[in-house]
Amino acid sequence: MSRSTPLRGVHESLGATLTDFAGWQMPLRYGSESAEHNAVRTAAGLFDLSHMGEIFVVGSQAGEALDRALVGHLSVLAPGRARYTMIVNETGGILDDLIVYRLDEDQYMVVANASNYALVARELADRVRGYDAQVTDRSDEYALVAVQGPRSAEILATLTDADLGDLKYYAIVAGIVAGAPALIARTGYTGEDGFELFVLNEHALPLWNTLAEAGRDAGLVPAGLSARDTLRLEAGMPLYGNELSAAITPFDAGLGRVVRFDKPGDFVGKSALERAAEYDTRRRLVGLVARGRRVPRHGYSVTREGAVVGEVTSGAPSQSLGRPIAMAYVDEGALEKGGLAVDIRGSQEPVDVVDLPFYRRSK
Amino acid sequence: MSTIPDDLSYTKEHEWVAGLEDGHTVTVGITAYAAEQLGDVVYVEVHSEVGATIAPGDAVGEVESTKSVSDIFAPVGGEIVEINPAVVDNPSLVNSDPYGEGWLFRVRVEEEPDDLLSAAEYAALTSGES
Repeated sequence: MSRSTPLRGVHESLGATLTDFAGWQMPLRYGSESAEHNAVRTAAGLFDLSHMGEIFVVGSQAGEALDRALVGHLSVLAPGRARYTMIVNETGGILDDLIVYRLDEDQYMVVANASNYALVARELADRVRGYDAQVTDRSDEYALVAVQGPRSAEILATLTDADLGDLKYYAIVAGIVAGAPALIARTGYTGEDGFELFVLNEHALPLWNTLAEAGRDAGLVPAGLSARDTLRLEAGMPLYGNELSAAITPFDAGLGRVVRFDKPGDFVGKSALERAAEYDTRRRLVGLVARGRRVPRHGYSVTREGAVVGEVTSGAPSQSLGRPIAMAYVDEGALEKGGLAVDIRGSQEPVDVVDLPFYRRSK
Repeated sequence: MSTIPDDLSYTKEHEWVAGLEDGHTVTVGITAYAAEQLGDVVYVEVHSEVGATIAPGDAVGEVESTKSVSDIFAPVGGEIVEINPAVVDNPSLVNSDPYGEGWLFRVRVEEEPDDLLSAAEYAALTSGES
């Protein structure tokens, strides 16, 4: 049985193509996904991300409890700031990638992927036992609306009492947006400046409508999951289920920097990750740009002289580069030798290896 | 609702065929329904060359969109006499004008399968899928 966000009606009235994503009926696109992608790069896009999970961790030892439960050092995070981190299992495999916001001294909000938040909430509840910290999964109460793109700050500023000029990247503040209480975070998954607005479900529809109206002249358009995927791919951001999984450690994914061995005490997965940090990973996550027009896609083999040397995790035509792009895990040896191709339905299509991200916004 | 012109024939693989009643040469494209399902088309390839002989059901090309790739199957058998250069250069024609400028190729018909659908039959097929 598929679930709906509080904004499903507005998506349908806009003529969106809906798709099932992690058990949710979500807008894939409203019209042309390329136009939505370009609007976010040049003006702004409006996203319904209410399928994401919001898990609150509250108590005098909430920070220490999260230090024990996650790979990051959350107890030293300043109130009002956010951090990208991960939750791993005992063998170091990634259970989810997360953004953790410290709302105040003894209150954190953990934002998890739709496909994983129930598991994350259960794991957190289990792992914080013995600390003064309570875990509450409030995903069913909260909607999430994102405004992303270079004009998002000027659009949002007209609707809120919060001083957005003071709100840094990866920071969060409580404020009133369009008349409703909101948590306003300067975070996103598009490679652009932008905001994520957490509001109670009952406020989602008026918030969406007010934002859509206020942003129209600035070029704000509703944008679906298809544009979100190509935007995050260009920005080199991993997607759980594609680049990340329980079979992969943060070090395998080239994200070992999120693992903070320097924090005090033990954490779940620490000993396994210490070993993972020591041995050289056989494969590396890289960016690929196709020379031709056919698109390398999730699950396709990366080849060299006919032998399989890796696998594509995500791929799409890139609006910003004008050519197909992909992320892939590729054997180190093959990367050194070069001459890589992707097996696109039986034909070896040449690709070039590039540094991630594919796209970086101009400041 | 996507349009389904009355004067065309259709396949279960969401292609349209124009000009069957005239006899020799037909034009083939993909339907507005298929174009909507695909989203923005970014790449069109017809593997077979002009002059090649194809049989009904052969995979003769592919249509690639942001999210997916689909084979193009030959709706009829015969000789490919023309491939639309405009759609190869500008694949978005499949989205903007699927029954017009977004046509894919033309075939001199030698074999016409008996399972082509009328507009009404195709409408029934797609109303069940959408």
